[in-house]
Amino acid sequence: MATLTRQATAAAAKPVRRRGRLGPLDYTRRTWLRLWLAATFVFLYAPIVTLIAFSFNDSRRNIVWQGFTLDYYVRAWDNASLIEAFTNSLVIALITTVFSTILGGLLALALWRFRFPAKAAVDGAVALPIVIPEICMGVALLAFFARTGLFAGASYPWSLAPIIIGHVVFSFPFVAVVVRARMAGYDRSLSEASKDLGANEWQTFWNVTLPYMRPGLIAGAMLAMTLSLDDFVITFFTSGPETLTFPIKVYSMVRFGATPEVNAASTALIVVTIVLTLIAMRLQRPDRAGEAMA
Amino acid sequence: MESWRDSKAAFWVFLAPGVLWLTAFFLVPLGLIWLFSFGERSGPVDILITWTFDNYTAVLDPLYLGLFLKTLWVALIATIVSLIIGLPVALAISFAPERAKNLLLLAVILPFWTNMLIRTYAMIAVLRSRGFVNMGLEEIWNGIAWVIAGVGFDPTGLMGERFTPLPLLYNNTAVIVGIVYIYLPFMVLPLYASLERLDRSFLEASLDLGAGQIRTFFSIIVPLAMPGIVSGIILVFIPALGTFLISDLLGGPDSQLIGNVIERQFKAANNWPQGAAMSFVLMYMTFIALALRSLLSRRDA
Repeated sequence: MATLTRQATAAAAKPVRRRGRLGPLDYTRRTWLRLWLAATFVFLYAPIVTLIAFSFNDSRRNIVWQGFTLDYYVRAWDNASLIEAFTNSLVIALITTVFSTILGGLLALALWRFRFPAKAAVDGAVALPIVIPEICMGVALLAFFARTGLFAGASYPWSLAPIIIGHVVFSFPFVAVVVRARMAGYDRSLSEASKDLGANEWQTFWNVTLPYMRPGLIAGAMLAMTLSLDDFVITFFTSGPETLTFPIKVYSMVRFGATPEVNAASTALIVVTIVLTLIAMRLQRPDRAGEAMA
Repeated sequence: MESWRDSKAAFWVFLAPGVLWLTAFFLVPLGLIWLFSFGERSGPVDILITWTFDNYTAVLDPLYLGLFLKTLWVALIATIVSLIIGLPVALAISFAPERAKNLLLLAVILPFWTNMLIRTYAMIAVLRSRGFVNMGLEEIWNGIAWVIAGVGFDPTGLMGERFTPLPLLYNNTAVIVGIVYIYLPFMVLPLYASLERLDRSFLEASLDLGAGQIRTFFSIIVPLAMPGIVSGIILVFIPALGTFLISDLLGGPDSQLIGNVIERQFKAANNWPQGAAMSFVLMYMTFIALALRSLLSRRDA
């Protein structure tokens, strides 16, 4: 109450705002909030930035800066198993993206376009992989592949199949959610007009519905790829003893004494992910312009 | 929306692939470990489904029960810390000018594009005894010692012979810091989304009518942002409950969480029925959290 009265009197005495041009809703310009924001970003970025910086550090002890070197990149590049793991992760992410985008896109269309019995059940089942803890899905897939013997002892590239299957299962519901959100804004009379003008079902889908879906599909594909590259838990449980993927390799290197090579390889993955995402964002941009025109 | 009967072919082409994939590779595996959770080991790899509840009653054993409570506790603290850090951040972003807003949002999302394992590993370099936090503290320690020596006192008597690194890694605090670090963007984004939609005239009215900033914050901003706050809490709390990588890499022997135990039951201990039962208890905890959320949001509406 005291503050209230004090403020009221201050306001009455001085109509001009007390702190210069700082308006009451200029939260972003308040010093403590700016410091808070800065501190949060330091917290978020300091570990990643130091990891990247020290991948160039010429010291095994990894903590005192001793000069610039690319030695660890060379060594990571020469480390055949690390390169194999890296390639495997990229292959898994690419195939996962394709499968997830197709499955998610189709499912989103089914849920958006049709009324059918058990729709609520399908809705719930699709949401399930998004909400349950990853470790539960991981052990379930581990048990499933061990019991069914599916892909057991398969050689490359089929040895990657269990991981890809697992990744698709948790990625495509995200794609479905994103595409469905996009389709919510679709004007159904567009399809009707197309059919009235003589286009058949397929032509309507290809020339009217799909172009409208595209930004959602691209966003979903981007998400699927990031999720796949990011995943550790599902990969950990679905990879066979001989299948090497990047997270598994890094995990074992970290567990049994980290070497600076891990910093170099991690930096490479960070760069790959960011470049891929930027390309995807670029691809999406012309569409936005088209959207604005439409 | 048309009925599925109107174009059956299109309907099945759209629906079948996703539903089949989900059934074969998600619902069936889940069903399988659900069955296992009622089974007994009858050999190194054989599991006999005897519909016993022993695996579930084992969870009530003080050892495991303590572990579940501890996991809940760690997840809860990490969620609250994320909320306290994230709310001012989201507020500042949503009130930033348009250009800065997009940049700040990108800055929040960017860590998402970095592998979670790599980020957890990066945290080790920051927290370990010869890590950056301790190095920074050592610099400060040396500085203070130098000033004390300059004033004429003997710093060794006051502060000890030399700086001893703080044990920041391999304990419960490290696990909580790790969870906050990994999942903070999950908290900030929904908070931002709901603060962005907030009708600012309410804030102006509150401030005009004499309420201070703090009072406006707690009686206007927080209630209006409640859907975002609840989403953020759920998005951090659920993965935190199931984490095993963060506690595995950053935690010590006494910071094992339920995720680590499930992992061990399936891999090292080879006690699948027990691990399956624990997974399902974890899943039920998740569902309770989700049910609480829908209950809360219904009250809001």
